[in-house]
Amino acid sequence: MNHNHVHRASELPNELLLALPFVLVILIYLLFGLVSNQCHKQWPIYRYIFWGSGVLSAAVALIGPIADTAHENFTAHMVGHLFLGMLAPLLLVHAAPMTLLMRTLSVGHARKLSRVLKSFPVRIYCHPVVASILNIGGLWVLYTTELYSAMQHHALLHMVVHFHVFLAGYLYTISIIYIDLTAHRYSFSLRTIVLILSLAAHGILSKYIYAYPPGGVTIEQAHMGGMIMYYGGDIIEICLIFLFCQQWYKAARPRTSVSISH
Amino acid sequence: MSTNHASRSAYLGRNLLSGCILGLGFVAFIDEAVFHQILHWHHFYDKSTPDIGLVSDGIFHAFSWFSTVAGAFLVSDLRRRNAWWPKRWFGGFLIGGGGFNLFDGTIQHKLMRIHQIRYNVEIAPYDWVWNILAAIMLIAGLMIVFRTGRESKVMEGTA
Repeated sequence: MNHNHVHRASELPNELLLALPFVLVILIYLLFGLVSNQCHKQWPIYRYIFWGSGVLSAAVALIGPIADTAHENFTAHMVGHLFLGMLAPLLLVHAAPMTLLMRTLSVGHARKLSRVLKSFPVRIYCHPVVASILNIGGLWVLYTTELYSAMQHHALLHMVVHFHVFLAGYLYTISIIYIDLTAHRYSFSLRTIVLILSLAAHGILSKYIYAYPPGGVTIEQAHMGGMIMYYGGDIIEICLIFLFCQQWYKAARPRTSVSISH
Repeated sequence: MSTNHASRSAYLGRNLLSGCILGLGFVAFIDEAVFHQILHWHHFYDKSTPDIGLVSDGIFHAFSWFSTVAGAFLVSDLRRRNAWWPKRWFGGFLIGGGGFNLFDGTIQHKLMRIHQIRYNVEIAPYDWVWNILAAIMLIAGLMIVFRTGRESKVMEGTA
């Protein structure tokens, strides 16, 4: 990820090479869909679209102009993080990759995978409380310590941080809304509390960044970045809240004339 | 009428809750749209804000965002159960809206000093208008809710 800004001419093939993994991930999904269509009912078109756009929005943050500018520009960095940590996971969850994987694998392999998904470590990582601490807590560590300026100077650290932002964002999303396969489901009330507190921590952090810029960031950039994090976050959060409430609405539908709440 | 009434009585709490959180979400939205974005009276961040104010502001912002959506879904839920009681719901709406504004105008603006209603003006009249309006909303809401609670009991007695 260490872009060399001097050799502009050699950048294009480089960028194309970096785009390869994203293309590959889209192709694999497509292949799995087509293979599993042989023995299951058609995998819906909209799931492919969600997958494609999810991978694209992650790619926007990692390669190309926004990623290049993000090295010196905190505003671009923040836009990138919105795409990578919030939008991409939300889109990818709607592609239900785990469900697709399960129906593509043979029964034996699917059973093994399901055992892994139900294993203790995976269940811990997917717990709403743990996932949101990893997600929002990770962001607090990134922006309130030296990590942010260190990341700009070490290519490997830079990659690790971005990987964490994406993965933690994804874990967080699957721990709040249950669209894909979920090993263990938690109550709506627990997830409501976690959702509100984590959104609050996100908003507080963006105002904190506005007031106290991370290392090496100018105050103007911190103002812009903080506001992008706050208002941009709000837009994606409202989608997450809407989906969450919609799931409650479906789950709480009255089944008999005498209905019990929840 | 009787079935409608029975379901209303079964969901008194949900009517109140959905009104309350939608009221809270509504005033928070007005606050953000009118005072922050259109008039630019409020500031995104006031340099004198202590950390506790930042935390309180963050939690209320997240809560109001969630409430608006959740409140709307609760209304849909009440309607499909034929249990929506607009009068009681509106009482809740006033309680939520007035209660939040009163909290915002006293605790958050004055005690925690998150930000003021407006800058570079004599602030006292703004504070008084803000808080008195909030108190009127809150009291009116409480009166409606108590009245609907009584109405519901009376109806139950006659049914």
